[in-house]
Amino acid sequence: MSVATIEDLEALGQSIVANSVGAVAAAHVAYGELTLIVQTHRIVDVLILLRDHPDYRFNQMIDICGVDYPDRAERFDVVYHLLSTSKNRRVRLKVATDEDTPVPSAVPAYPNADWFEREAFDMYGIFFENHPDLRRILTDYGFHGYPLRKDFPMTGYVEVRWDEALKRVIYEPVKLPAEYRSFDFLSPWEGARYALPGQGSTYVLPGDEKGAPIAGGKLAAPQPPPAPPPKPSAGS
Amino acid sequence: MAETETAVAIAQADHEVIEGAATGETKVRKFNLNFGPQHPAAHGVLRLVLELDGEVVERVDPHIGLLHRGTEKLMEARTYLQNIPYFDRLDYVAPMNQEHAFCLAIEQLVGVDVPIRGSLIRVLFCEIGRILNHLLNVTTQAMDVGALTPPLWGFEEREKLMVFYERACGARLHANYFRPGGVHQDLPPELIEDMLTWCAEFPKRLNDVERLVTGNRIFKQRNVDIGVVSKEQAYAWGFTGVMLRGSGVAWDLRKSQPYEGYENFEFDVPIGLNGDCYDRYLCRVEEMKQSLSIMLQCLDRLKKTPGPVLTEDGKVAPPRRGEMKRSMEALIHHFKLYTEGFHVPAGDVYAKVEAPKGEFGVYLVADGTNKPYRCKIRAPGFAHLQAMDWMNRGHMIADVAAILGSLDIVFGEVDR
Repeated sequence: MSVATIEDLEALGQSIVANSVGAVAAAHVAYGELTLIVQTHRIVDVLILLRDHPDYRFNQMIDICGVDYPDRAERFDVVYHLLSTSKNRRVRLKVATDEDTPVPSAVPAYPNADWFEREAFDMYGIFFENHPDLRRILTDYGFHGYPLRKDFPMTGYVEVRWDEALKRVIYEPVKLPAEYRSFDFLSPWEGARYALPGQGSTYVLPGDEKGAPIAGGKLAAPQPPPAPPPKPSAGS
Repeated sequence: MAETETAVAIAQADHEVIEGAATGETKVRKFNLNFGPQHPAAHGVLRLVLELDGEVVERVDPHIGLLHRGTEKLMEARTYLQNIPYFDRLDYVAPMNQEHAFCLAIEQLVGVDVPIRGSLIRVLFCEIGRILNHLLNVTTQAMDVGALTPPLWGFEEREKLMVFYERACGARLHANYFRPGGVHQDLPPELIEDMLTWCAEFPKRLNDVERLVTGNRIFKQRNVDIGVVSKEQAYAWGFTGVMLRGSGVAWDLRKSQPYEGYENFEFDVPIGLNGDCYDRYLCRVEEMKQSLSIMLQCLDRLKKTPGPVLTEDGKVAPPRRGEMKRSMEALIHHFKLYTEGFHVPAGDVYAKVEAPKGEFGVYLVADGTNKPYRCKIRAPGFAHLQAMDWMNRGHMIADVAAILGSLDIVFGEVDR
């Protein structure tokens, strides 16, 4: 079948929402991709529906991964990507969970969910219910913590080195010989749209005295560039 | 060292003595064997814990992660442009194919177009990557089952291709050549001529390897009917690329979900019949010939298509050096791009390419800043390696190396 258009995907999303008996809460299309928001405890039903329904036939589990949003009450998203080779369609499913609530394992629907779920468990500490073998997969033997969580430091907590005296590899707390430098590059590209902290309403940025003053703590709409100086006419 | 010792200790503790039947004829011991992490046929740092009944494999437990570098974590702390080199280090056998997926993801979010010439160069180097990968895999698969000459011949050709890499971007392996909106620099005209010369010579070299391997009795004995994967199994275990096509499924993202103008190229998708190791080998050899044909089409079009190779959008791509000498705006763009980097609008996309090993995908979650909020790398090898257990059950221990070789595993992308 041909590559999906936006209309195809919207129709597919509505059809899945209608057929899922409430398990799929919403469907939306963004950037040419269909995303379904699924109720966490019914994810396996939805996966089996998508796999077996003659209109969908999503026969391949492409990927499962976690995403961490620490500010939310249910901080994790588990994102599933499915592919239908016969219908030539892709779909993304999202369920939300927190540190304690397990997500039903997708292994009964797709056997290769096994390692993907082990990875999500390893990286985020997301639990999967009825998973056959929920062990860590990528991190070191005896590793502590969940490295892809946003509150886990990028440098980690331990480092390893070969100890010549003990003749073995030892673990030590991370020592950074130079301080880790994290610059704040998030300056505005196209002129500030925010008030600088602790500044009055008529604050002018240093070196920007000729520019537009900040009115009410916010920049006015960008001014059109000044008209170019009149070209000297050919005769003068 | 300590790790190996514990592993050996575990293996010994696991020795399971099964008393013979009531007749008490023989004592059969099942035992565990560590394959790797330092084994030439493990294709990197793979540790397989094999449970054997005599020479027959009963269970395989792959232990991966020995090359885990936390790429996804590191990427969250770097700007989009700084993240491109990490993709070279995933599947380091075909680096540019990975960069391609990441650039496609960014382009999808930002909405930037690639000029035609840039697109052609990308296709050209993706196909070079495919040949690089298949040359390595096909010849080392032959080495895993005992043939020493093919890798030497294959690596000679790989070396020539890597010289092309070097002449395009300055690095043999870790190219860092693709950019959101095109490629970093244009190719010199002499390089295109030299590539044409190589394309004319390569079929002969490939033919040499084929004459040595394809009909070889030992190679066939070790690969035919070994590691058979049915269509249903290939679907269920998320196989993509050659692993899926070897089982007789005509599925290639370049044909079914075309990207980067692949719909304008003429090529065939070889598929296997039996889904065994030998069919996968044949598919790879044929894919090299198809890639060569795509390369020739690309080179032909490159000669006729002058023009920019990188988008002119100063918000995404740096200005040319000459422009920076004259234009204040170009100078500002350059400064901002190499300090802050460009911002990517909030949203999430899944971009995928037909990498030599299968479907390589990048699931990119952007939050509107200059760094990715989350970037999940979907490596084909990860899904394929997972199948080691059931593919090996009932096979002899010598077949483990053959099956592993035909899976085409590179640990850079499996462990990430």
